[in-house]
Amino acid sequence: MGCDVLVVDDSAAIRKILQRVLRQTGMVIGDIFEAGDGEEALAVLGGQKVSLVLSDINMPKMDGIQLLAAMKAAPAWHDIPVVMVTTEGGEAKVSEAVRLGAAGYVRKPFTADQIKEKLAGFLPAAQTS
Amino acid sequence: MNLKDHIVQSISQAVEAVFSTMLGASVVPGEITFEHGAPDTQDGVLSFIGVAGSWAGTGCVSCSPVVACRVCSQMLMTESTAVDEEVLDAVAELTNMIIGSVKNDLELELGPLGLSIPTVVFGRNFRTKSAGHAEWVVRRFGWDADSFEVRMCLAPSENKSALHPPHAMESLNPLGD
Repeated sequence: MGCDVLVVDDSAAIRKILQRVLRQTGMVIGDIFEAGDGEEALAVLGGQKVSLVLSDINMPKMDGIQLLAAMKAAPAWHDIPVVMVTTEGGEAKVSEAVRLGAAGYVRKPFTADQIKEKLAGFLPAAQTS
Repeated sequence: MNLKDHIVQSISQAVEAVFSTMLGASVVPGEITFEHGAPDTQDGVLSFIGVAGSWAGTGCVSCSPVVACRVCSQMLMTESTAVDEEVLDAVAELTNMIIGSVKNDLELELGPLGLSIPTVVFGRNFRTKSAGHAEWVVRRFGWDADSFEVRMCLAPSENKSALHPPHAMESLNPLGD
């Protein structure tokens, strides 16, 4: 049984691309849930047990930094690794994400290998026989 | 390098990186122009994002419906033949990545900048108007037999002193004029 992952991005295109990339990583992945902003992400987290969150930063309603802060303040979600996948590369935003406990940072545009490399420590690799 | 040249170079690098990485495609940089105001009328897809901070302005990508469908098809590995919500979303994300990359590059010179959420317009015979008076840097690109353009205008904000040290502002050569 694979690890469930939550992908948070206001762009349906990026959510679809990340789903495809995640399935191609060769890692053991179960369900992939989607959310269009931080509020939707918290709603998903309230009903599902996920092992990893990939989140954009610039989103309407609740952005990725606010989502990260909310997760790190909640004991139930504190230990879930959150990898930021975003266009935002400003030093201030990166520093803030790191300070709040982001597990990693991937800047858009990204390659499948960059995503795979960043997630290697968080998801188990598929067994090959 | 003055700011206009910097914007041109950043746009070219960003477009080439986004197309090669996310679409597996290569584009050919084309004509560069500097324009006041928007075109009288436009057809097709126009996607734009606001830039704010010590400098403020707008970045946009405009293309034909055919190019918009190609972007979506190659980005999502699907078959898009008509402009629908999925196509508009793909063009919005393309714009976000291009203008976001330009913003990240320009921040090294201009200080912290923020981006708005992208907005996409699709239609015929529409006009656009920007309240700003800055000159637009326009860079056209060829993509096989198709083409599209990326535009950006940027001007110092009125409250720039709050975000940027005065000495840094004085050292800039705004738009190279």
